[in-house]
Order: sequence, then structure tokens, then C-alpha cells
Amino acid sequence: MTGSPLLEVEDLRIDLNYRSSHVAAVEGVSFRIDRGETFGLVGESGCGKSITALALIGLLRQPLSIGAGAIRFDGREIQRLSAAEQRALRGNRIAMIFQEPMTALNPVSPVGRQIAEMFVLHQGKDWREANRLAVEALASVRVPAPERRVKDYPHQLSGGMRQRVMIAIALACGPDLLIADEPTTALDVTVQAEIIELMRNLCAERGTAILMISHDLGLVANVCRRVAVMYAGRIVEERGSDDIFRASAHPYTQGLVDSLPRLGSRAALGRTRLTEIAGVVPAITDFPDGCRFNPRCARATDICRTTEPETTWLDAGGLVRCHHHA
Amino acid sequence: MKLGANLVIGGALFALAIFVGLLAPWLAHTDPVMDANLLNAEEPPSWIWWFGTDAQGRDIYSRVVHGARISLTVGIVSQLVNSVIGVTLGLTAGYWGGWWDDFVNGLTNLMLAIPSLIFALAIMAVLGPGLTSLLIALGLTNWSFTCRIARASTLSLKSQGYVQAARVLGYGDFRIMITQLLPNMVGPIIVIGTLGMGGAILAEAALSFLGLGVRPPYPSWGSMLSEARDQITTAPWLSIFPGLAIFLTVLGLNLLGDGLRDILDPQSRSRRT
Repeated sequence: MTGSPLLEVEDLRIDLNYRSSHVAAVEGVSFRIDRGETFGLVGESGCGKSITALALIGLLRQPLSIGAGAIRFDGREIQRLSAAEQRALRGNRIAMIFQEPMTALNPVSPVGRQIAEMFVLHQGKDWREANRLAVEALASVRVPAPERRVKDYPHQLSGGMRQRVMIAIALACGPDLLIADEPTTALDVTVQAEIIELMRNLCAERGTAILMISHDLGLVANVCRRVAVMYAGRIVEERGSDDIFRASAHPYTQGLVDSLPRLGSRAALGRTRLTEIAGVVPAITDFPDGCRFNPRCARATDICRTTEPETTWLDAGGLVRCHHHA
Repeated sequence: MKLGANLVIGGALFALAIFVGLLAPWLAHTDPVMDANLLNAEEPPSWIWWFGTDAQGRDIYSRVVHGARISLTVGIVSQLVNSVIGVTLGLTAGYWGGWWDDFVNGLTNLMLAIPSLIFALAIMAVLGPGLTSLLIALGLTNWSFTCRIARASTLSLKSQGYVQAARVLGYGDFRIMITQLLPNMVGPIIVIGTLGMGGAILAEAALSFLGLGVRPPYPSWGSMLSEARDQITTAPWLSIFPGLAIFLTVLGLNLLGDGLRDILDPQSRSRRT
């Protein structure tokens, strides 16, 4: 597990091109994921986490484009690959599962065929072999009676089942990296736990790294070894997932942690109001100067309003971007 | 699910026309072209001559039955050509967008601006009369509606999660078009195709009536009407029966199209699930 990382993102900037102006929707984002590692990207809606994921698989479309920086997958720079090479990577070595299992499956095609298509597309199998492998893939995500289920259409399956099918499709070709973009948001809580457990076990068995994207800090910390917190297009803190709850360094992360309800807190402290982070996320065209969190930050001082904070490496491991970090 | 009356009646009429066309040699009483006998000229409908006879003494019933073959061939083949052209252009235009979309849109608007019968006449004038040129002319003139529907469906399907997902999973453009987009738009395309088939049969009748379609002595419903126009007062059965055949077939196709729309429409489909 040493040597070159599986995925390395360096100083990524994603531009939003509107008419003739460019706005940086994501700026200065760097992180790395090793083989078999689990990494989480947390942030509010619109902070840039999903477009970062799209950039990783080379699928940013106008008006979004990569403005600067590099994305290296297994040592090769994604932007430099031809369209055909990128396509060969997608679904094969980098797979992705989505938020909406209701809409991510083709409604007029049996699920077995949709799984089998991956083997035909990426491994050049014939349909007979691919169909057999599809049954196995469905069995591996613990769908009961897979040999009958392969003939089902998506509308015949429940949300949890559909997400299992999505996982089967994503993991069909044994990818090195699985990007999970809010994989359980559309599911109810008990199903959510099952799906997360399944995804984690399957990836651990196969040595597949996970990049999990979510707004749910608790969920991400539960699944991932390391967590990066994004705010307004920047990574503000990156820590081991244990540290982030125990000793979050950035005021924004602290705000997120404080706003989570705690089991037993009412017994210990009496009836208290949950803490919230005051204010709202600034519009993408209207990011403040200096630290982008400064208008909502309790610790903000003059320097925060003028100067962009540098990356600070913490002794305990991890990094933070704040002038007044804890 | 209850089948609509449209679907049942339309389907039955169209099935009847297909059945008659397929079994024409066995259903016909006489040879539609060769069995002319001036001694039997212009006989009114009777037990011997069900639909009467024409000025050459040919059995109108046999000619109508054989005419079904030509009319249906024209309807089905030319609409098939229309659908293939329309879907190919509309799908690629909607998917790729850009200059290709502009070009296809321009072409579609141009086609819609020219009355299709006039355009077909022009093509026929160049190619000369006959069944093959009829198929080409009608196949090239009526694809614009299919093209519009295909393009509009593509535009709305393109943003669907599963199309996005396919792209993320490494599907190429053509694989996305064939496996994700096309199967999801067959409903409206079939509806438009069925309605277009009725239109093509009418257009064949019109072109044959104008003397540019199927040439005598071969019977098509349109050419039979054309030949019958001089005797419409003296021997009305010459025009009534081919006219009735056209009417019933086109009515059947239109009802079938409407009925199919009711069951294939994505909105009514989502209401059922």
C-alpha cells in the first residue's frame, strides 16, 4: 500500500464559464487516495463536491471546465487521455454510484441485461458469458433468487434493491476506485445502513478504494478512514475520521460537528438548543475576499477578510486552512 | 389493463387489411389483371360480381383485394423509410446538438414548409412513375414529424439519470443512443409511424390518381379511383369500393395510432405503475 497513490488531485480549479467571465466554482482542491483506501468528501449542497467527482472521471461539460491543476489516476493524468481512453477507464477502473437509484437504471431494460452490458462493454465477453456473470454479480450484492431477478425491470424492484443493482453494475468490472455520490440519501435509514455495510464489505474484499461524497458528516466518518471538508469550493480541513469529531480544527467543521444531535446529551445537559452555523453559503459569483468562511465565522478577524489562509499541516496528521485554527 | 376501443377497432381493421393483402391470391375470384372480358363490362354488384366489374369487365372485388398488397406495401415500406431517416436525424441532432442540430432543424423546417405531396410529385417527376419511385418519393418526404419527435424525446431523455449513469459507466455515444435513448422513445415513434402509414396510403392514392403512382393495369386503390372517375355517375361502384378500402384502412391505422398512444404514452404508463 505504499508507493504512488491511486488517485492524486493537485490544486484543482474548476471554472464556471458564464458568457465571457470565469468564476472558480472549485479552487485549490488537492487530495490523494491510496489503493483500497476510503476517503470522504463532505460539504453542503453547492460546495463543489459533486463537480469535483465529475472532473475525476473526465465528465465535466460546459459551462464547467477544468481551469487548472492535475488529476492523476494510477500515475496517468486524466485530462491528457483521449476520449476513448477515458471511456475505457470509466465503469471499468473507476466506477460511480448515484444518489437516485430510482432514475439511474434504464426503465425499459431488465436489470440483468444492464449488469451484463458492463462485461460486454469493458471485458469483451459474449452475451452468454456476460449473462452468467450478471447472475453472479447480483448474488454478490445479496439479492435473493438472482437467477430470477435478472429478468426483472427496475420498476419491479424496491429502492434498496435498485441501489444493490447499481452497486453490482458499478463493481462488475472490479474497479480500483468507486465514487459514491450521496449513495444512500434517497433511501430510508435501515436500508441505508444495509447498503453502506454491503458497499464497504464488497470494496474491502476486492481492494477497491472508495471516494464517498455526502453532506452527512456522521455517515462519511463512519465509512471512511480520512475525511475532507469542503466549503465554498475549497477544502478547509482534511483529517482522519476519528480526529474530525474529537478535535476538529476548522471553525466550519466544528460548526458541523456541533450541529449534530448527540445521543444522551439531553440527559447530561438538560434540554438545549442545537447549535447552528449562522448565515448561508455565499453565491458562487459572490465569494468574499480572504477566507470564504469569514462572514459566518465567530473567530473571524481583520486578516480573515483580506488574506486567504494558507494550508497548515497539523501535528496530529491532516491539514487545515484557517488563520485561527484550533 | 383495459384495452381501449380505439386499439381494438383500429387493430382489427388494420389486421383485416393485412390479412386480405397476404391472402389475396386465394381470396380473389379472378386474376385482377388478365381476366378481362368485355361481355361482362360494367356489371353492377351482384352475387357473381360482389363489387361489380369495370369497363374492361374485370372483377372489382379481386382488384380491391390485390390492391391491398400494393397500398399496404407502400404504406409500410415508405413509413419505415421515414421512421429510419427521422429517428436517425432526430436522435443524433438531439444528442450531439451544435451545428448538426441546427442543420437538422433547418432541414426539418424546410421539409415542413414544402407541402409533402408537391415534393413527392417533384421526386416522381424526376424518377418517373412506378412502385419503386413511389416508395422512394413517399419515403423521403414525410420524416420530419418523426424527426421532431425523436429529437424532442432525446432532449428530455438526455438529462435522465440512467443516461448520465451510462456515460459515467463508460458507454460510448452510439451505445447510449441504441441502448438507452432509442428503447425509451419507441412508444411515440410507433404512434407517429402508424399515423404516418395512413398518410402514406392516402398519398399513394393521390399520386396514383394523378397518374404518377402504380401504372395500369396493376391495381392499386388510388389508380382504381383514378380510372373510375369518368364513370362515377354511370357506374359508382367502380369508385365506391376502392374508396371504401382506403377509408377503412386509414381509419383503422388512425384509430390504432390513437389507441397505441394511450397505452405507450410515458405519462399514462407512469400512472399505471
